[in-house]
Amino acid sequence: MKFKGVFSTVVAIAFGFLVLAGYLFGVNADGSPSTLGQLQLFILNVAVILAGIAVIVGIFNLLFVHAGKIRQKQKGAIYSVILIIALLMTFMFGLLAHYDLPVARSLFNDAFLSIQLPIEASLMALLVVTLTYASIRLLRRRLNLLSVIFLATAFLILVGTAPWPFLGDVPILSNLRSWIAQIPAAAGARGILLGVALGTLTTGLRILFGSDRPYGGRNG
Amino acid sequence: MSDILLGLVGFGIIFLSAALMGALTALRRKSPLAFREIHAFTRMRQAIGRVVEDGTRLHVSLGRGALITPQSASAFAGLTLLQRLAELTSAGDQPPIATSGDAALAILSQDTLKTASQASAQGAYDPSAGRLTGLTPFSYAAGAIPAIHDENISTNVFMGNFGVEAALLVEAAERANTFTLAASDDLAAQAVLYASVQEPLIGEELYAAGAYMDAGPLHTASLRVQDILRWLIIIVILVGALVQLLRAVGIL
Repeated sequence: MKFKGVFSTVVAIAFGFLVLAGYLFGVNADGSPSTLGQLQLFILNVAVILAGIAVIVGIFNLLFVHAGKIRQKQKGAIYSVILIIALLMTFMFGLLAHYDLPVARSLFNDAFLSIQLPIEASLMALLVVTLTYASIRLLRRRLNLLSVIFLATAFLILVGTAPWPFLGDVPILSNLRSWIAQIPAAAGARGILLGVALGTLTTGLRILFGSDRPYGGRNG
Repeated sequence: MSDILLGLVGFGIIFLSAALMGALTALRRKSPLAFREIHAFTRMRQAIGRVVEDGTRLHVSLGRGALITPQSASAFAGLTLLQRLAELTSAGDQPPIATSGDAALAILSQDTLKTASQASAQGAYDPSAGRLTGLTPFSYAAGAIPAIHDENISTNVFMGNFGVEAALLVEAAERANTFTLAASDDLAAQAVLYASVQEPLIGEELYAAGAYMDAGPLHTASLRVQDILRWLIIIVILVGALVQLLRAVGIL
């Protein structure tokens, strides 16, 4: 490993241990934050600032990727043109709105409320269709007991949640829905979450050991 | 329980896990461990082989797990897999691409791809291969879908923190008739992926990717540690339930 790699690994491990120690021993017996707790807070604040700077870098990356698409006249380059124009205009409105220019503030809000929000809501609606189609395909793709249970449970939850036309709330269905949601589904979800928590723990330890180095160095 | 006692318990669990990982890594060098077969990883290996043979491209989507949140663990698992897959496909004509919905994650994906390309014989690195496609869940999905359709992708791996927007991504991948492997640490996304993907990974299987793709001895050991801790949790839950039962009937 080169010096740069060793240095970044040492820094990452050291700060990782400090933050971990801050989580474990960050509070004194009287409830006040300990030195480790204060240090952890400081490191996390620096991390938040760095994450903010990363967003700026990320937006430049987005800009360069789409500029490259336009330059190479790739398929769908027109969408890249629209993206870049929208990005620059929103940035400009945001900047002007910061200096209390009422028109810019209104345009900046409109960009979100009249363009981005409806588009994202439409995608959400599209998701309903996609999921319905995926559920139908599930039985064709993987016809087994688990798939049948999965779909039957989804169906029961759906009919137990929505009110029926002319009948309103059907107690037997809503009780069944509550039982499924509170007992088998909650038990399964907790089991999965415990597995995820254990996976998170071991992933964190591998990073603290320097085995996983996503910050410039080969894993191993 | 006081904060200090909680801290000590936390430290104990972490220390136990670390000690087990170290011991099992040392033991593994003497006798290799065997795992149950996860069909998704077997099929992924075959798909990776086809990527190299066909001269097509691999796409790894890392989700939007911000690095300063607990969801970063799934993002790190995705980055480990990205590095391993980039190494495995380094003999191919086209380097893999990585998309993400978090800026810091996009930077790390670039770094990972750069490291993998430096280790390969070709050594060519394309800075646009690691991309930020959007900062909100749906803009991220909408930005990643064109990459799936337009960049000669034959294998899509979605590994990280996704929400329900993952359905749009995997639907695009399935429509493009590509091999799709998907995993998320989010419960809603897991349900969605179970319904829509050929090869979904459920629960902690996401974190097993490194071990199954031979990413290193510590990955293998960490799987065993997860198994041991899981058994400990089961025992604690059963003992706790038994104690509650005995209290309820007045024996304790």
